[in-house]
Amino acid sequence: MRKALLYLLVILTGILFIGRLFYLQIYDDSFKLQSESNAYKRIKVYPERGHIYDRNGQLLVANQPSYDLMVIPRKVKPFDSLMLCELLSISKQDLIKKLEKARHYSPRLPSLVVGQMSKIEYASLQEKIRKFEGFYIQKRSTRDYQTTIGANVLGYIAEVTPQKVKENPYYQSGDLYGKSGVEKSYEEILRGVKGVKYLQKDKFNRDIGSYKQGALDTMPINGNDIKITIDAKLQEYGEALMVNKRGGIVAIEPSSGEILALVSAPSYNPGLLVGRQRSKNFTKLYLDTIARPLYDRGLQAQYPPGSPFKLLNALIGLEEGVINTTGRVTCRNGFHYGAKKPLGCHCSYGASNDLNKAIFASCNAYFGSTYKKIIDKYPNATIGLKHWSDHAKSFGLGNFLNNDLSVGSKGRIPDDKFYERWYGKNRVYSTFTISNAIGQGEVLTTPIQLANMTAAIANKGYYFTPHIIKEIKGEKIAKKYTTKRVTTISKEHFAPVIQGMFDVYEQPGGTGYRSRVKGIEICGKTGTAEVKGKINGVTTQLTDHSIFVAFAPKDNPKIALAVFVEHGYWGGRWAAPMASLMIEKYLKGKITRTDLETRMLTGSLQEEYDKYISGEPFTINK
Amino acid sequence: MRNKGNILVRLDWLLIVLYFALVIIGWMSIYSASYSSDTTLSMLSQPHGRQQIFIGLSIVLIILILSIEAKFYERFSSIIYLVSLLSLLGLFVFGKTISGATSWYAFGGFSIQPSEFAKFATSLALAKFLSDTQTNIKSLNDLIKIFVIIFLPALIIVPQPDPGSALVYAAFFFVLYREGLSPVYLLLGFSAATLFVLTLVLDPLIISIICFVLAVLFFLKNRKKKPSKLLYITVLSACVGLSYSVNYIFENVFEQRHRDRFNIVLGKEVDTKGIGYNTAQSEIAIGNGGWTGKGWLQGTQTKGGFVPEQHTDYIFSTVGEEWGFLGSSFVVLLFVALILRILHRAELQKSKFSRVYGYSVAAILFFHFLINIAMVMGVFPTVGIPLPFFSYGGSGLWGFTILLFIFIKLDANKINEW
Repeated sequence: MRKALLYLLVILTGILFIGRLFYLQIYDDSFKLQSESNAYKRIKVYPERGHIYDRNGQLLVANQPSYDLMVIPRKVKPFDSLMLCELLSISKQDLIKKLEKARHYSPRLPSLVVGQMSKIEYASLQEKIRKFEGFYIQKRSTRDYQTTIGANVLGYIAEVTPQKVKENPYYQSGDLYGKSGVEKSYEEILRGVKGVKYLQKDKFNRDIGSYKQGALDTMPINGNDIKITIDAKLQEYGEALMVNKRGGIVAIEPSSGEILALVSAPSYNPGLLVGRQRSKNFTKLYLDTIARPLYDRGLQAQYPPGSPFKLLNALIGLEEGVINTTGRVTCRNGFHYGAKKPLGCHCSYGASNDLNKAIFASCNAYFGSTYKKIIDKYPNATIGLKHWSDHAKSFGLGNFLNNDLSVGSKGRIPDDKFYERWYGKNRVYSTFTISNAIGQGEVLTTPIQLANMTAAIANKGYYFTPHIIKEIKGEKIAKKYTTKRVTTISKEHFAPVIQGMFDVYEQPGGTGYRSRVKGIEICGKTGTAEVKGKINGVTTQLTDHSIFVAFAPKDNPKIALAVFVEHGYWGGRWAAPMASLMIEKYLKGKITRTDLETRMLTGSLQEEYDKYISGEPFTINK
Repeated sequence: MRNKGNILVRLDWLLIVLYFALVIIGWMSIYSASYSSDTTLSMLSQPHGRQQIFIGLSIVLIILILSIEAKFYERFSSIIYLVSLLSLLGLFVFGKTISGATSWYAFGGFSIQPSEFAKFATSLALAKFLSDTQTNIKSLNDLIKIFVIIFLPALIIVPQPDPGSALVYAAFFFVLYREGLSPVYLLLGFSAATLFVLTLVLDPLIISIICFVLAVLFFLKNRKKKPSKLLYITVLSACVGLSYSVNYIFENVFEQRHRDRFNIVLGKEVDTKGIGYNTAQSEIAIGNGGWTGKGWLQGTQTKGGFVPEQHTDYIFSTVGEEWGFLGSSFVVLLFVALILRILHRAELQKSKFSRVYGYSVAAILFFHFLINIAMVMGVFPTVGIPLPFFSYGGSGLWGFTILLFIFIKLDANKINEW
């Protein structure tokens, strides 16, 4: 017994120890989990974001290094704070506040002092940084805009929101992602794939080298470059034309649906949203609720289309067989339909207009009667409206285009259901909705929809969904952009309408006669849309929008566009000359009519816009 | 005497193999725990480099010990013991303080911890005294002398302060028990320890009630044998008294850090940041190992330096993390095998001196093994006591090497003992 005691105790201890080991190492895995959380750190390795080129291969957006000044509070030794403040151009209070915040976060871990410094700021700081112990400069990558145009097209990148992180586990706090424009719609292609690096941490949470010799690390995959359909020169020209005006220009290549230019005015220099001043600049743009520079008027603004919509009614009339190319309507100061006030017109009294003249002279009476005939062809207006709206919708109106632009609006083609909700079942009559004949009333379109409609007319009955992507390196663009969308109008009905559009320029009575360009056969249609706006809560008639749609050349069209100038008065005043300049620029590469060009470039509507907010009484349509 | 040249044949090679296995695994663990990719550090400034030198010197020591005549140890045991005591006392004058304890002599870059050497010296002295034919362990007179031999070094070590090293001297109870000490002493010690721990967990009043109920039950069970009421009352009041006094000592005499250590192990407090940090990190590191471990030099907790004192007292946590359940169980089995082998060889000794000494070696190693690994695995309060042959440190390694190899020498020499 005496001999056995120690033997037994040793054996018993061995068994108990192995049991305890089993418990710690095999049975209870909570220790393992704790270990994972404290022994290594996953850090993201950012890939280079893809570059963006225009359709001709001009580089629009690249990347640049940006420099963040970081601090590890614990390592900071007394330094010349005045010199540092001067180098960073911040106040001493700011610096103290930032260091305080960094210390509060962690004395051992790096915190940001000043982010996104430019190369120049970096250069001057770099020389002196050795004097500031505990501070160091960290390189990151941000966007480098090679251009000052296309802010609305290119969009911008921003730090992910907590909401975004929740939605998509790919993102982690601090990541940058495309928040608007092409940066947003092609985010997944541009961003590439983040790499992961595992760092072994020590008990102070410091990095002490790679974990498992990098066996678990993955390399980042750089983002793909993309080529967009925008023609940078045309875009730049369009933006120059729109300086000091508000509105949008959308140009499309009819044979492909590629967007050549997407101008929204006012715009801003995309470079403003990079660098140290980013948040300041963004707030300024964001808070400008009057000019709304962040609002893409080419895509989002819904205007009544005005007269260009007559083209559509002409086509529907022809398709429905209610009009032909020879039938005439006599205009007696507009279209009289029983209401007290007729649908006014600017034709000379008693003019007898056929389709061709009705288009180039933009006769309201002709289209009022056409519209009424279309609707009244059917047993009741509800069915008529259904047929009419189906035709209109086949041009891509009244709904999202469902394309690769990050924003958009539906616009509105009022259909039978719309009016039934409005007036009640079987209480809708053609005359109630007569404004639709001339693109007023309940019809709303965005500039891009109107440009697309024009492209469909140019193509004589089909269009390709307007899109912004031209080429993705190593990838095909979506099939939906190369699929023809066919309208409900037969091909033969387009010729007379196109001829009418051609005569807008060529006939002396045409609304675009003064904007014609030598050597280019342009087909177009002016528009002057009445607008009402709310000023201090009171609905007020404002100066009309100046509208123009056009395509050129007449045969084998290369460009179709829509121009909207807010409160520019009649179509021929601003929109038509701008459209012709855009076409000339695109097709010829240079402008011959320099007087017109200068007038358009320097012309300003700022006075017009200012008077609505001045609070003073004002007159419109001057 | 003709066998003298054949000492290599008579050595217990199993013990030597076990010893080297432990030393080598220990060195690998130290290497892992202190390994730094910073190549600017010279080998000597890193624990694993120094430990290599300690191991080299150990081999020199082994050769020396094995070549000295076996009788030398028995004959000079008293002198060795006295030198050892003097070296311990000298610390009060010449000692160097490292992390709060004045337990070292500093020689240039190296320091020597005499308490590590006092163990074999005390073992030799105890073996010498017990093997004296005149000594009777049952006589109170001799027993007091024995206790003086054992506890004199412990008493000098405690105020250094190094209670962990002093605690090891309790291991000699096993030796005394083997040599005929009344089991009452062991039982008393065990009961007192149990009561002590119970008191910390439960209220002294509850302990008293439990003791009372147990006493009444035993009394009723044995009443046919006419038990002495006085004895029962004495034992019961002793228990109650101990319980209350332990409570008093714990609350009033112990310092907060001691209380904390106990409370954490007893699960009365959960603390992973302050005092419980060591234990918690050690458990995490071991738990991280899983079945087969992370592999040598791959332990994340080890590399991150999360476990304090990992190359010394907490070295076993490195084994747990990097070699997993299989590896650490293997190390546990190595220790069990070593101690059992020593016990086995000790029982085979023909001389009482060799047997008592062997038994002391086994008991000391067992105590270190028990307390250290129990502490690393979070089932014993944090007591600074190294794992034999494993933990970093020259004094420790040399102390244990001498302790073990004197026995191996005695064992190899047993056929000459007639």
